[in-house]
Amino acid sequence: MSDNKDMELIDENGKRLDGREFDELRDIKIEAGILKRADGSAYIEWGKNKVMAAVYGPREMHPRHAQEPSKAVVRARYNMAAFSVPDRKRPGPDRRSVEISKIISEALEEVVFVEMFPRAVIDIFIEVLEASAGTRCAGLTVASVALADAGIPMSNMIASCAAGKIDGHVVLDLGKNEDNFGEADVPVGIVPNTDKITLLQMDGNLTKEEYEEAMELAIDACDEIYEIQRDALKVRYSTTLEDHGEPDDEIEKIQEEA
Amino acid sequence: MKEIISSITQDYLYRLIKDGKRIDGRDMLEHRDLDIQVGWIGPAEGSARVKLGDTEVIVGIKMDEGEPFPDTPDKGVIITSAELIPMASPKYESGPPGEDATEVARVVDRGIREAGVVDTSKLCIVEGEKVWMIFIDIHVLNFDGNLIDASGIGAMAALMDAVVPASEFQDDAEDYDLPIEHIVIPTTFTKIKDTIMLDSGLEEEKIANARLTVSTNEDGDIVAMQKGLSGTFEYEDTLKCVELSQEIGGSLRQKVIDIVEKGKV
Repeated sequence: MSDNKDMELIDENGKRLDGREFDELRDIKIEAGILKRADGSAYIEWGKNKVMAAVYGPREMHPRHAQEPSKAVVRARYNMAAFSVPDRKRPGPDRRSVEISKIISEALEEVVFVEMFPRAVIDIFIEVLEASAGTRCAGLTVASVALADAGIPMSNMIASCAAGKIDGHVVLDLGKNEDNFGEADVPVGIVPNTDKITLLQMDGNLTKEEYEEAMELAIDACDEIYEIQRDALKVRYSTTLEDHGEPDDEIEKIQEEA
Repeated sequence: MKEIISSITQDYLYRLIKDGKRIDGRDMLEHRDLDIQVGWIGPAEGSARVKLGDTEVIVGIKMDEGEPFPDTPDKGVIITSAELIPMASPKYESGPPGEDATEVARVVDRGIREAGVVDTSKLCIVEGEKVWMIFIDIHVLNFDGNLIDASGIGAMAALMDAVVPASEFQDDAEDYDLPIEHIVIPTTFTKIKDTIMLDSGLEEEKIANARLTVSTNEDGDIVAMQKGLSGTFEYEDTLKCVELSQEIGGSLRQKVIDIVEKGKV
């Protein structure tokens, strides 16, 4: 949060810079199963954010001293590409990405049935290709879809979204300028249906009332995002007759091959 | 590396918590004895040694002249780092900061830099060229749980103790107290099964399911939050933690103010 107050974030009609209402999300598109080598993968476009996630595992944990004797380790790595931001980002982990990787790993561990894979690791690689505010929420959201795409046993996916404060108003899903010039940012990750909170951070300045307002906005939006996550999986895995041709043709083909 | 706990201790803790008790006899919302000593490190511009129960942390403030960030040419720079040195716990290893140290440093940093604790606009020397750089270094001496609160309170006290060494760098300048705008206090709650407790000790931290830090300022505003560990919180839990933080932060804040005032004389 910057205390630069010169920037007008809400116009005279009560609209935000990009024309959104206070409780309106940016456009979100998710596609599941985009990378061949990975056990599971997904891609999200969230406003101007472009983020990809790949899942490998469960597989043997290296280094071995990091193995957990009674469960699998969920290890997410959040990484920003050097070209993802206007000023080139120096490649490799920095403190911000180490922290984000940690909280995303913890948020996902809640829903994965880790007890099924002792000593193993489930690796989740989150690559931010274009960044425009809200990449940790986009990363957590898309990583959940990639885990499901990998067939990892889990109780649910995690949906994630931020709310914040700009020009004294509590709004949903901060855009780039709103994030830079706004007064507060609250990224939230929940287990949909139960609304249990698995990720929660906040910086800036909020009263308790504003916090309540922000949380309600974010939690409601997570339900919306959850629908988009589920749709992505349905598109990937539901099959129709057209996908397979007429049953008779299929049988003939199999017989020919035999 | 993961902390290990024997199943006997674990069961004992669970049994106690079920009866509303804690291993060291505290109430659920009672923090351990807090002891702060300021100005303990001679060469530092400000310092604080904090003991929260047996958790012990030294925070040192060093200042130097440096170049401002291009987007804030008229503001001083604050950089927070934490080191979990091998002296503090058998599980810490030497080497570059790991993810635990990074998280502590970033959460403390958020509660200071982003919360406007220091008026950085008063730390400009020549706009666009020279400003004061404030380095907050957190050194953990003994790890017995709840590093975030010990470090956050230590950083706050050290900043309040700090004097800008202007006379060392500029001929006609005088030293002045670091301009403090807000006093932010972090309070960290842990959830074990369905019980929420304040300031968990090492054994409690080992079996904790989820952790929530709420930092508040003197107006009761929330300035930073961080949820940790893989467990979850209900929304109502987080609201309760916010209210408790406003309340507990108030009494801790007074304590920090009193100690720093006394230490400065």
